Amino acid sequence: MSEQIFTNCTVGGPVWVHVKDGRIVRVRPIQLDESDPPSWTIEVQGKKFSPPRKTTLSPYVLAEKNRIYSEDRVAYPRKRIDFDPDGNRHPENRGKSPYVRIGWDEALEIVSNEIKRIREKYGPAAITAMTSSHHCWGNIGYKRSAFGRFFNFLGFTDVFDNPDSWEGWHWGSIHAYGYYWRLGCPEQYDLLEDAMKHSDLLIFWSHDPDSTRAGYSAQESAIWRVWLKELGKKMIFIDPFCNYTAVHMGDKWIAPRPGTDAALAEAIAYVWLDEETYDQKFVEGRTLGFDQFKKYILGKEDGVKKTPKRAEKITGVRAPVIQALAREWASKRTMLGCGARGGFGSACRQAYGHEWARLMVYLQAMQGMGKPGVNIWSGVLGAPFNGKFFFPCYGDPIGRITGDGNPDHVAQKTAVNPVKQRLYRLLLPDAILNPPVQWLGEGFCAKSIEQQFIPYTYPMEGHPEIRMFYRYGGSFMGTMTETNKWVLAYQSPKLEFVANQSIWMDPETKMADIILPACTSFERNDISEFSNTGGYSNHASSGCNYRVIVYQKKCIEPVGESKSDLEIFTLLAEKLDFKDEYTDGGKTEEDWIKKQYDVSDLPRYISYEDFKRKGYFIVPLPEDYKPTPALRWFYEGRRRDTPDTLAPDPEKKEGVGSMTGKIEFVAQSLQKKFPKDKERPPMARYIPSWEGYDSPLAKKYPLQLIAPHPRYSYHTHYDAHCEWLADIPGHRIRKNGNNWIVVRIHPQQAAERGIKNDDIIKVFNDRGVVLGIAQITERIKPGVIHCYTSSGKYDPLEPGKAYSPDRGGCVNLLTPGRMMSKNAPGMACNTCLVDISKWEGGE
Amino acid sequence: MRCYGMIIDIDKCTGCYNCFLACRDEHYGNDFPPIALAQPFQGHFWMQMNERERGIYPKVKVSFIPKPCMHCDDPPCAQASLSGAVYKRPDGIVIIDPEKSRGQKEILSSCPHRVIFWNEEKNIPQKCTLCAHLLDQGWGEPRCVEVCPTGALLFGDLNDPKSQISRIWNSKQVEVLHPEFELKPRVKYMGLPKRFIAGTVIFKDKDECAKEVKVTLTGRGKKQTLRTNNFGDFEFEGLEEGKEFTVKIEHSGYTPQSIKVQTKQDVYLGEILLKRSSKR
Repeated sequence: MSEQIFTNCTVGGPVWVHVKDGRIVRVRPIQLDESDPPSWTIEVQGKKFSPPRKTTLSPYVLAEKNRIYSEDRVAYPRKRIDFDPDGNRHPENRGKSPYVRIGWDEALEIVSNEIKRIREKYGPAAITAMTSSHHCWGNIGYKRSAFGRFFNFLGFTDVFDNPDSWEGWHWGSIHAYGYYWRLGCPEQYDLLEDAMKHSDLLIFWSHDPDSTRAGYSAQESAIWRVWLKELGKKMIFIDPFCNYTAVHMGDKWIAPRPGTDAALAEAIAYVWLDEETYDQKFVEGRTLGFDQFKKYILGKEDGVKKTPKRAEKITGVRAPVIQALAREWASKRTMLGCGARGGFGSACRQAYGHEWARLMVYLQAMQGMGKPGVNIWSGVLGAPFNGKFFFPCYGDPIGRITGDGNPDHVAQKTAVNPVKQRLYRLLLPDAILNPPVQWLGEGFCAKSIEQQFIPYTYPMEGHPEIRMFYRYGGSFMGTMTETNKWVLAYQSPKLEFVANQSIWMDPETKMADIILPACTSFERNDISEFSNTGGYSNHASSGCNYRVIVYQKKCIEPVGESKSDLEIFTLLAEKLDFKDEYTDGGKTEEDWIKKQYDVSDLPRYISYEDFKRKGYFIVPLPEDYKPTPALRWFYEGRRRDTPDTLAPDPEKKEGVGSMTGKIEFVAQSLQKKFPKDKERPPMARYIPSWEGYDSPLAKKYPLQLIAPHPRYSYHTHYDAHCEWLADIPGHRIRKNGNNWIVVRIHPQQAAERGIKNDDIIKVFNDRGVVLGIAQITERIKPGVIHCYTSSGKYDPLEPGKAYSPDRGGCVNLLTPGRMMSKNAPGMACNTCLVDISKWEGGE
Repeated sequence: MRCYGMIIDIDKCTGCYNCFLACRDEHYGNDFPPIALAQPFQGHFWMQMNERERGIYPKVKVSFIPKPCMHCDDPPCAQASLSGAVYKRPDGIVIIDPEKSRGQKEILSSCPHRVIFWNEEKNIPQKCTLCAHLLDQGWGEPRCVEVCPTGALLFGDLNDPKSQISRIWNSKQVEVLHPEFELKPRVKYMGLPKRFIAGTVIFKDKDECAKEVKVTLTGRGKKQTLRTNNFGDFEFEGLEEGKEFTVKIEHSGYTPQSIKVQTKQDVYLGEILLKRSSKR
C-alpha cells in the first residue's frame, strides 16, 4: 500500500502524518499551497517581513511517533493484582503492586459498579475526577468535552485548578489592571508589528520565549526574533538562569537572586522617580494611587529609600547595573515580556509572586503602557490576526460537547454538574489526609475580581468526603508542590476506589486500582485550531503566523485495545443508564465534529466536505486589515477597539478591567477586602520571601532551586514516553541505564561539594530527595540550582514509598506546599531551599 | 544536473534540536533501500548538535552547531571503503550502500568529522543521506531543513545560479568546519564561533556604569576601537583563538588602563574600575 497523508494537530503544532501499512512513517509540519490565503507582510524601514509558507513544530512533536508507539502505552485494561472489590482492596499498595491484564467487560463492570456503590452509599459528591492538561489536542476529546460531559451528567466533586503557570498575574496583576477574563495576562493584539516598528529595546524578565513558545504556538515566533535582531532591537534578559533565548540573542544578562525581583523593580522605579524619566501625563490621567507609590519608593512611608544600592544587597545585582538598566529602559521605547502570555514567568510562581507581577504592571504604567513601542509584550503573541473569524475552542463553553446551554449550538442537552462541593487541586492531598481544608477563590477566577475572594471549605457542609478518585493520566508529582503528599493521599484507605483512564503508564496511572486504556488523537477523529484554547487565552493563535483550523484525522487504528475517550465514556454511560443523555440522543464522534464546524465561521468559507478532504483551513486576513495594538486605545483615552471578545463591553465599562478602570497602584479591590493584609497589601512592594536566600532555613539548605517550565517537553507530556528526548543533553542525560534529569550548577557550588560534570547527585531538603545528573555551567547565578520542572517520570527507589529518593527527577517533591501568601492560594514552586551532594547510594 | 549544498547559519540556530529529531523520525523504523536502512532506536546522531558554552558568569553565550555528514567532494570514507560501498552521487550526496558496506566498520574512523555511526544490529555503517530518498521523490529539501524554525539551514541547488545558496556559497562570510581537513565539503557554515573579549567598565568614583568609554583592542597586527554601551559593557567578537591581545580603556579625566589578554578561551574581564586621574 502506498503512503497516505493525514492531518492532525498537537500541543506543539499542526502536522501531516504519513502512514504506510497502518504504521506511522513520519510526522511533519504542514506546507501551505497556492490555494491557501496569502501570508501577511509587515513593512519596516523599507524591508518587508513575511513568515515562511509552512507551519512550525515544537521539538517534542517530532518524537510523536516515539510516543505513540511507546512501550509505556497502557494498551489493555488492567487491574492491580491485589485489588479485590469484593474483599481486601489494599489501598496501601497503590504504587507498589503490579497489574494483571483484564478484559474491557470486566474493567467496565468494576468501574461502573464502584460508581453505583459509592453514589448509593455516600452520594455523588463522594466521587471526584480530574484530568491533566494538554496531553492531546482537539475540541471533542479534550477534558471539558468527552470527560466533562460524562462527569457533569453523573455529578461529582469537581476540582478547581490553580492557575499554575501564571499564579502571580492571577492573584496580583488582576488587582492592578483587571484582565480577569484573561486570568491576569494582558491582551497582545498586533504587538509584533508595533514592536518591529516602534520599539528599540525588549526586556525579557523571567521569560524564555524560545523555550515556552506561548504555550502551544510551536516555534512560530522564532523567526520574529530573528527579524527583531535584524532590525537592531536590543534584548535584555533578567533571570537567574541565562536561558535559551538569552544565550544566543541576549545583549545583556542580569541575574537577580530568586525571590528578589520585586526589589529590583522598586529600584528601577526609584531611578525613574529620582531622575523624572517617567510618563507623568499617563500616570496622572490613567492610573490611581501613584502618589502613595511614589512616597513609598522615595522612602517617605517607611524611611527606606528603594535605591539601587539597597536593591544590590537584596538581589545580588550590582547597583550600577540596576541604575543603567533603569536609564536604558526609560530612554528607549521598551517592550517588557514577563513570560509566555505577557504574564507567566517563574518569578510569578514564588512566595509573594503577585507582588512582582503587579510591579511589572506599575513599571510599564510609568512608561506609558500602550504608547507605540511600549507595552507588556511577551514577544510570542500578537501577529496580524483576524479576530473577527470565530472558531470555538475547548476553553469556550461552545467549544465543548458538554453544551453551552443553547440547544441550537453544540448539544441539545447541556450537561450540568449538580454537585456544589469543590476541591482545590493544590490542596487535594491535604483534603484527603487532613480535612477540613479551606481556601479562597474558585481557582481560575475569570468572571470577576471578587471571584478570588469566595471562601471555600472542604468538605462542604452536609457533603461527604470523597471516596472515589477517577483520574485521567496524570503526573502531579512532577508539577504541583510538596508532592510526596500525593503518594500518601493515594494510599489512604479513605479512597475506596481509584480508576485511571490513560494513554500511557503515567506516575499517577500507577496509583490506580483499575486502568482503562485510552488512545491518542492520532487514533481517532477530532477538530481544533492550532494553538487556540479559547476562553481565558482568547485568540492565543495570534502566536501563530497563520490561523490553522484542523480536521484531525484518525491516522492509525488504536494501539492495542485502547479506545477513544468518547467511546470509553459512552460505554460507561451505558452501564450507568445514561448513554442516551451522554450521546445527546445518539451523536457520534463525527456528529460532534460537524457541530463544531457548524457553530464556527467555517461554513461561510469552505464546505464541510472540502474542509475534511483538505484537512485544514487557513483563516484569511481581511483585505482592509487595520491593526489595533493592545492598550493603544487606553493610552489614547479611547474605548477599547481590540477584538478582545471576552472583555467587558466597552460601551458599559470604560478603561481597563480594574475596579476603577484605571491602572491601580493601590488596588481598590484589596483596599476594600483586605486593607490590612501584610502579605498582599493594597499596594505592591518587595516582601522578603518566607523561604529565601536570607531565611533562617538557608543556614541548613543554602541553595535556591528554580524549576522553570521545560524546553524539550510539554507539561509532563512527551518527557517520559519519548526515549528520543533523552538524546538531548539539555533535557535528560542517559547514564547507567537511566535517563537522569539535568541539574544545572555553577562551578563554585560544584567545587565546594566535589561534584563533577555528569556525576549523579541528590538534591534534597526536609521535604524529599531527588536524584539528577550534574551539569556544571556558567549559565546559572552562583548559589542557584536550575532544574526544569514537570518531570513526566516518577521513579522512587522504593516503589510506592513516599519520601523515597526519586530517580525520575520530580523536583516538585522538594517544593513547599505553602501558598504564596495568606489570601492568595497560588503555588510557590520557585521558592525552594535545597542542598546538593554527590549521590553515593547506588544507581 | 542538480548539485546539492547546505549552509548552516550558527547565528540563526536556537538549539531547538528539531533537525536532530526530524532525522530520527525519518529514519527510525523506516528502511529506504538502496539509500539507507533504518536507524536504531537511539544512539545515532546523523544530524548531531554540538553545544559550545562560551564565557563566564555573567557574560555567557552558547553556540549551537548542527553537524550532519559534510558530503565531501573528496570523501575519505569512500577511499576507506571496499568494493565501492561508499560513493558520491552526481548530485553531490555521499551514500553508504547498506548492502555493500556490511561489516566495514573501519569506515567510521576514516571520517575526521566523526559523523558515521555503527549499526550493531544490522552490521553496517550509517550516516546522513540528506534525505536522498525524499529528494529523489521530488521533495525540495531534507527533513532537517523543513523543520528548522528560523531558516538556519539553507539548502539548495548549487548549479542553479538563481538559488539563494548558490549566490552566497563562495562569499566571504561562508566558512568551512575544519578547513585543515581539506575535504571540500558540501555543507558549509556561517557564524562559527571564534573568541570574544568582553568587559564591564565602571567609574570607580561614582560607582556608575561607564558609558561611551573608548576601548581599543590591538593584536594580530590590527587595531579595533569601540565605545562602551550604557552598561559600560564592551565586546570584541570573532577573534582568533589562542592569540595575544591588548585591551586599552581610556576616558577623559580617568587613568587609562591596559590589559593583556590571551584568547585561549573566550574572555570576560569582569568589572574594570576606572579611577579619576590625579592631575586636573
